[in-house]
Amino acid sequence: MVRTERHAMPTQSASERKNNFDEVALGYTDELAKAEADRCLNCKNAPCMSGCPVGVHIPDFIAKVREGDVSGAAKILKADNNLAAVCGRVCPQENQCEKYCVRREKLGGSVAIGNLERYVADFAHENDLISFDVATPIGKRVAVVGSGPAGLSCSADLARAGVDVTIFEALHEAGGVLVYGIPEFRLPKSLVKKEIDGVKSLGVKIETDVVVGKSVFVEELLEEYDAVFIASGAGVPMFMHIKGENLNGVYSANEYLTRVNLMKAYKADSVTPIRRAKRTVVVGAGNVAMDAARTALRLGSEVTLVYRRSRAEMPARAEEIEHAEQEGVKFDLLVNPVEILGDENGNVKGARLIRMQLGEPDASGRRRPVEIKGSEFEIECDQIIVALGTTPNPIIKKSFPSLETSKKGTIVADENGKTNVDKLYAGGDAMTGAATVILAMGAGKRSAKAILDEFAKDSAK
Amino acid sequence: MKKFEIISKKQLAANVHEYVVYAPMVAKHCLAGQFIILRTDENGERVPFTICDYSRADGTVSILVQEVGYTTLKLSHMNVGDCLADFVGPLGNATDLSKYKNVCLVGGGIGTAVIFPQAKQLYSDKISVDVIVGARNESLLMYVDEFKANCDNLYLVTDDGSNGNKGYVTDILKKLVSDGKKYDCVFAVGPLPMMKAVCALTKELGIDTVVSMNSMMVDGTGMCGCCRLTVGGDTKYACIDGPEFDGHLVDFDEAILRSKTYKEQEQAHLCNLRREYGQD
Repeated sequence: MVRTERHAMPTQSASERKNNFDEVALGYTDELAKAEADRCLNCKNAPCMSGCPVGVHIPDFIAKVREGDVSGAAKILKADNNLAAVCGRVCPQENQCEKYCVRREKLGGSVAIGNLERYVADFAHENDLISFDVATPIGKRVAVVGSGPAGLSCSADLARAGVDVTIFEALHEAGGVLVYGIPEFRLPKSLVKKEIDGVKSLGVKIETDVVVGKSVFVEELLEEYDAVFIASGAGVPMFMHIKGENLNGVYSANEYLTRVNLMKAYKADSVTPIRRAKRTVVVGAGNVAMDAARTALRLGSEVTLVYRRSRAEMPARAEEIEHAEQEGVKFDLLVNPVEILGDENGNVKGARLIRMQLGEPDASGRRRPVEIKGSEFEIECDQIIVALGTTPNPIIKKSFPSLETSKKGTIVADENGKTNVDKLYAGGDAMTGAATVILAMGAGKRSAKAILDEFAKDSAK
Repeated sequence: MKKFEIISKKQLAANVHEYVVYAPMVAKHCLAGQFIILRTDENGERVPFTICDYSRADGTVSILVQEVGYTTLKLSHMNVGDCLADFVGPLGNATDLSKYKNVCLVGGGIGTAVIFPQAKQLYSDKISVDVIVGARNESLLMYVDEFKANCDNLYLVTDDGSNGNKGYVTDILKKLVSDGKKYDCVFAVGPLPMMKAVCALTKELGIDTVVSMNSMMVDGTGMCGCCRLTVGGDTKYACIDGPEFDGHLVDFDEAILRSKTYKEQEQAHLCNLRREYGQD
C-alpha cells in the first residue's frame, strides 16, 4: 500500500476569520475531494463503519466520489444520515469513523471521511438532491419532543417508513443545539435550515413554541399518539458556586451562545443585547468552551480560557483547540477560579484564580486536579463565560413523575431508548447527559427502529 | 382565529394596555402566577410577561403591557387582528397561597396585573383578602372596579397623592397592621425596590411574604441561566424554580443590579425605534 498524505481542509486564515462569523472551513474543491477519495482503500470489512453511530456506508459513498458520481454518493450517504451536512462539520470523526481507518498514522493519515461527507452533502444541497423515498402511510402517529439532532433523525427515519410525525419544539426555531448552540462560523444556520427543510419534505410537522410538560403534557401526547420520543436536550447550565457568580457580565456558555446564535446578537441590528467585553475569561475546555471563546473573540474581546487540568485532559476536539489557538485564544491551564470580583455597579472587573497540579487519577480515570496552596492570583476581565456542562432539565420529569430518571436526573432507557413507560422512548442528551450531535442522532435512529419494530409487531397481531 | 392573534387591546392606564391573545395551548393549561414569553416579530427579542387572565373556552390569554422599552413600544403599535410571532407558555410555576387564611395582596404598577387573579381566586375561595394597590399617580391605578368586586378591602395609594392618598404601599400596610389587622401572608408584586421595601417591613412584622420575580429571560425553560437570582444563599432560576419566591430570602440588591445588565443597549434600541415611529 502506498503512503499518501491526507488532504487538509482549506480554511479562512486565522487573522481573517477571527474578525468575521463566516464559516471557518471552506470545503473541498472537486479536485481535492477526488484526490482524497482516491486515498480510500475500500477495505472489504469497512472498519470505518464500526465507528459511525448512524451506520453510513462509508467506502461505498467514497467510491462514488472517486468515480465522479457525486449524486450517487449523496444517495448512499443520505440513506443512512439524515443530517449529513451537519455531521460533516461537527462530528468528532477522529474518535469515530476515522479512528478505525486502516491508513491512520502509518499511511499518511486516515481518509478525511468527514471532509468528504461534507463535500457530498453540500453538493446535494446545492443541486437540490435532498429528496428521499417515503413509504406509503402506515396509519401510525408519533410525537417527538425536541427538534435537535436526536429528534430530527428519529423523525426522518419514522417519516421515511410512512409514519405521521409531529415534532414539538420549545423555542421559536427548530434545530435545537444546531441553532442555539453551535456558532455560525462552525455550522452556518442557512445550512441547518436546509437540512430541516429536508426533514420537513418527508412530511414531518414541526410545532414551535410548545414546551412539553407545560404547554402540553406527556400523558396527553401518549393518549393522542401511538408512540412518543423524548429528545429534549441537555438542560440547565452548571455554575461553579463561587462568590460573584451572579455579577453582570457572568454568562453561562448556553446563554452567551443562545444570545449570539439563536437571537443573532452578533448582528448590529439585533434587538437582543449582548455585552461587548474587552477581556473575557472562559472557564472550561470542552467544545462548548471553545465555541464561546471563539465567539467572544469575534465580538472584539481578548480571550483567555482557563481550565483546571492540563492540555492532555481538555475534552474539546483537537481541531477546535487548534482553531481557537490559531485565532488568538490564550490558554491558562491548571488554573481554577475561586472568586469573581465586581465593581460597585455589580459588573465583573476581575477574577481570583488558583493554580492547580495533577494528583492521583479520579473516578473518571483522569488525574485529579489539586489546588496549590498560596498560588492565588488575580486577573482583570469584564466578562466571564462558564462552560462547565449542564444538568438535566427538570420540566418533563416534574410534570410526569412516573417517568424513571437516574440520580443525576437523566431519563432512564434501554439501548433502544425504551423507558419504563409503555410507548415512551427517549434519547440524546436528555438520556445520556451532554454528549455529541452524532451520538444523539444515533440514539434517534435506534429509537425510530424500535418504534417501527413495535408497530410491525402490533400489525402482525 | 389565527395563531397568536391579538383579539382585543384595551388601555387600562397611561401607557398600559391589556392584550388578549389567541393561544389555545397556553390557555388550556395555564394557572395564575405563570408567565409566557413572546416575540413581536421574526426579529424580535424574547420577553416574559405574567399571565393576568385567561379563558380556556375561548383559548385566550391576557397580558398587561406597560410601554417601557423596545418590545413594549413595538407592542403598543400592534393592534387587534395583528399576530405575534411567538407566544409560548405557560412557563414557571403557579401561585399557591392555599395554606393561608388572611392574605394581603400588594400590587405596584404593572404588578397589579399579577395580583388580580389571586384576588379573584382567594375571594371566591372565601379566604379573607385585602388589596393594596400603589402607583406613581392616579392615572396609573388599574383594576380598581375589578378589585372592589373581588376583595374584602381595597386601599389605593399614589406617590404624588393625586388620588387623594399620598404615600407608598408600605405606609398603608404598616398602618393596617398597627391598627390591628392580622395577616398570615403578604403577596407582593411590583417593581424590585417596592418588593424589597415590602419584604423589609414584613420581615420586621413577622409575616410570610411571597414575591414574583420578573427577571430577564431568553428561553424561559431553564436552559440559559439569564434569570438567575440568589434566594437564601442559593442560586435559583426564576423560570423553572419561580417566578415566586419567599421574599424574605431574595437578594433584592443583586436582582436590582442584574436588571440593569443591558441598560445602555436597551436604551439605544428604544431610541432607534422611537425614531422609526417618529416619536423622538
